[in-house]
Amino acid sequence: MTVAVVRFPGTLDHDSAARAVRAAGGDAAPAWHQDTELPAGTHAVLIPGGFSYGDHLRPGAIASRSPIMGAVRRHAEAGGLVLGICNGFQVLCESGLLPGALRTNASLSFVCRQVRLDVTDAGTPFTAGLEGPLSIPVKNHDGAWYGDPSTARVVLRYHGENPLGAVDAVAGVANAAGNVMGLMPHPEEAVDPLLGSVDGLGLISALVRA
Amino acid sequence: MSEQPLHRQLGLTDAENDRIPELIGRPPTDPELVMFSLMWSEHCSYKHSKPLLRRFPTTGPHVVQGPGENAGAVDVGDGWAVALKVESHNHPSAVEPFEGAATGVGGIVRDILALGAKPIALLDSLRFGTLDSARSRHLFTRAVEGIGHYGNCIGIPTVGGEVLFDDRYEDSCLVNAMCVGMVRTDGILKAAARTPGNHLVLIGNRTGKDGIGGASVLASAELSEDDADKRPSVQVSDPFTERKLMDCCLELAAAGAFAALQDLGAAGLTSAASEMAAKGGVGLLIELDRIPLREEGMAPAEILVSESQERMLAEVTAERLDEVLAVCERWELLATVIGTVTDTGNFTAVHRGATVVDIPASALTDDAPVYGVPIDPAPAAEPLDLDAIPAPADLSAAWLELLARPTLASKRWVYERYDHLVGANTIRRPGGDAAVVRLPGMDRAIAITTDCAERHCEVEPLGGGMATVLEAARNLACTGARPLAATDCLNFGNPEKGATGWRLERVIEGMSQALEALGVPVVSGNVSLYNESPGRVIYPTPVVGMIGLLEDPAASVGHAFQEAGDTVVLIGSGTPRLDASEWLGRAEGLPPTPDVAAEVALVEFLIAAAGKGLLRSAHDCSGGGIAVALAESAMAGGVGCEVNLPAGRRADEDLFGEGGGRVVATCHPADLPALRALAGDVPLAAIGTVGGSTVDARVGERDASVAIVRARDAHEGAIPAALA
Repeated sequence: MTVAVVRFPGTLDHDSAARAVRAAGGDAAPAWHQDTELPAGTHAVLIPGGFSYGDHLRPGAIASRSPIMGAVRRHAEAGGLVLGICNGFQVLCESGLLPGALRTNASLSFVCRQVRLDVTDAGTPFTAGLEGPLSIPVKNHDGAWYGDPSTARVVLRYHGENPLGAVDAVAGVANAAGNVMGLMPHPEEAVDPLLGSVDGLGLISALVRA
Repeated sequence: MSEQPLHRQLGLTDAENDRIPELIGRPPTDPELVMFSLMWSEHCSYKHSKPLLRRFPTTGPHVVQGPGENAGAVDVGDGWAVALKVESHNHPSAVEPFEGAATGVGGIVRDILALGAKPIALLDSLRFGTLDSARSRHLFTRAVEGIGHYGNCIGIPTVGGEVLFDDRYEDSCLVNAMCVGMVRTDGILKAAARTPGNHLVLIGNRTGKDGIGGASVLASAELSEDDADKRPSVQVSDPFTERKLMDCCLELAAAGAFAALQDLGAAGLTSAASEMAAKGGVGLLIELDRIPLREEGMAPAEILVSESQERMLAEVTAERLDEVLAVCERWELLATVIGTVTDTGNFTAVHRGATVVDIPASALTDDAPVYGVPIDPAPAAEPLDLDAIPAPADLSAAWLELLARPTLASKRWVYERYDHLVGANTIRRPGGDAAVVRLPGMDRAIAITTDCAERHCEVEPLGGGMATVLEAARNLACTGARPLAATDCLNFGNPEKGATGWRLERVIEGMSQALEALGVPVVSGNVSLYNESPGRVIYPTPVVGMIGLLEDPAASVGHAFQEAGDTVVLIGSGTPRLDASEWLGRAEGLPPTPDVAAEVALVEFLIAAAGKGLLRSAHDCSGGGIAVALAESAMAGGVGCEVNLPAGRRADEDLFGEGGGRVVATCHPADLPALRALAGDVPLAAIGTVGGSTVDARVGERDASVAIVRARDAHEGAIPAALA
């Protein structure tokens, strides 16, 4: 199964995302921000983390208007899976594909820390069969989700702490259909026992199963 | 100031000014004089330190790039080399800590990039005044934010470093940044321009008025009270462009599209281009009108010495030019042909049809003046009179107090502001003896550390130089890594005053002796002098960055206690002393001179024991002595221990004393005989057992104890509390 890994100028995690896709048994195909179509044979899309366009204007704001996002939107509307991680989550919120927005962390500073996540909705293709708490690192400056948790489909919450100051300790949300999901923590950095945790593999595997 | 002749305003001595016409056969033009003033500054020419630096061992069978290029590199097998360098950005950070520290990171990254190497890790070695000073709190917090801002955005993990707080850095803070990268041994790029006729391509940001004269104004003179006037000398950071520059240059380097590559750092285009020409034995013709400017009306001298960031200069053949320009365009980076390589040997610059600079490139580089420094010894230090130091009545309370000293306290507040994981190769995270980073694409890892024994260097620089190198090697060996190469940043005061020159010479001698004993070459480095104000000189601060190789990344050892029931062992020799220790809190006394041979044997033993899987944890006893080492291992593992420590002169010295190469390790009880057998002549004593929720130490007839939960509160809470 081929997972398109989207790359904007300033994207940082495309290599580790592609490595995680391969660890889950899939193939990763690069998708460049100026492309207007996803790579041939794309089954699922992964928008990895980083500082696309240097976070200029607002994190994710410029990337959400780049040519490749038209193709991502069509893929999502056709029911294809799209996962946004960190800056990818910010891009999906800025695109309107996911509800809410990501605000500056309550500490007003960058936070890099191993966190634990509760799975609050196991009904999406991403979270089916997942059991928390998952040990996964979070690392961002603007990762406090803001939105209405009574209408948004909240799939992941921080367990035991709310490190970024998100509304309701929300760590990840999905669209109503469940085929588009975003989260601030980095599951692609928790797929190798050498680095301390493999709890991120489940979320990445969902893309490969698509 | 305005009454002074131009050369003095620029920082040139009268003798240096007289030398220029002798070299070029006529009086210099104004732009030429400005270029000489920058290139002959201490920061660019090392004119006061060069003769002393020759003492360092710099060769070895695995050295593929020694000192003299933008960074050094060593072979790590399978056709790969690891590049490393540490550099200071002290003076800019004292004036504007956020941009000063941020651009320090940017500069060291480009030094690694100039070799064609992919940066894979950053470390930062920081020194500030104590946190009861509002100025020091400001410098510390803003420098950390600047480092995070830049490092996080360019996607290189900041995996380690150190922070020390002491009055002696109140006026002159230190911000040293180290970068490590990976490059194919057959793909290492050089700075030397090769072939007349080739194009010079400037890639990256526009050239502006920021950083004009940074090397001479800031980096080569003492700071005074009117530092605000110097703010225009500090550069402005743009990490997004740096990331694109990195992605673009690595793509082009891998394709073999560059004939040579140079980073624009101190003294900007002047330094980059003159070194390119002088090293290649060729000349360069630069058309200043082609250089994209940020503002109109810049004078030729300003264009030539601007330190605008995120710029690289490449030599490109005619055949590869279109490819280079196309790849830069895809990365949305400016790339401009600004001149050509010539056969004249001259640095020539034309501006609006007129030749404004035409001088031998080597006059700027090779003909820079070299000065000896006065070697006036400081009075010999005396060992501490222990009777004059009050002994703490309550050892347990003293232990907790020590854990909460900002210098020894947890640096979580710092490293959680840095992305230490990006790239998904960080095996051992900050907080331990050394970071361990997997080499991407290889089944190997490297351990990386920065260290310095600055108080020891102050009271006895020869031993302090040794101790600095030995601590770095011990930190690497605690993870199981074999020390491979070093880079150094020598931060000192004004070498023309007092005993500073002598201390510089002695520190280099001590470092060199230890490096030779370890078989570790220095492959790159940097010198930062004049770190003093009218009232204060910094400690001699020779920051050493060292890397070590781990053949099996999965076999690395951490500092955390693993399991109740494990045996605690004290390995190594040396008598703990309070002289110049963190417990004493000042540079007084005379620590014993390190036993270099014994320490090398300890390093070898640790590597062998880790390789055989005999160690479950290992932690160096450094600042705060064995008490702090035990508490840190317990906090990291979430399990305590009960130990019986060898009794010396006094219990507080036994617990908190420093010096000597000593390591607290743990092993499975069944492995103890094998560990003893492997130790041979290296002293090894079983001192207790892992378990419980407290760290209990018996020293002679006295007991001391800290609960892990209270130790953690003290250790983790200290820096946030000091900043609140």
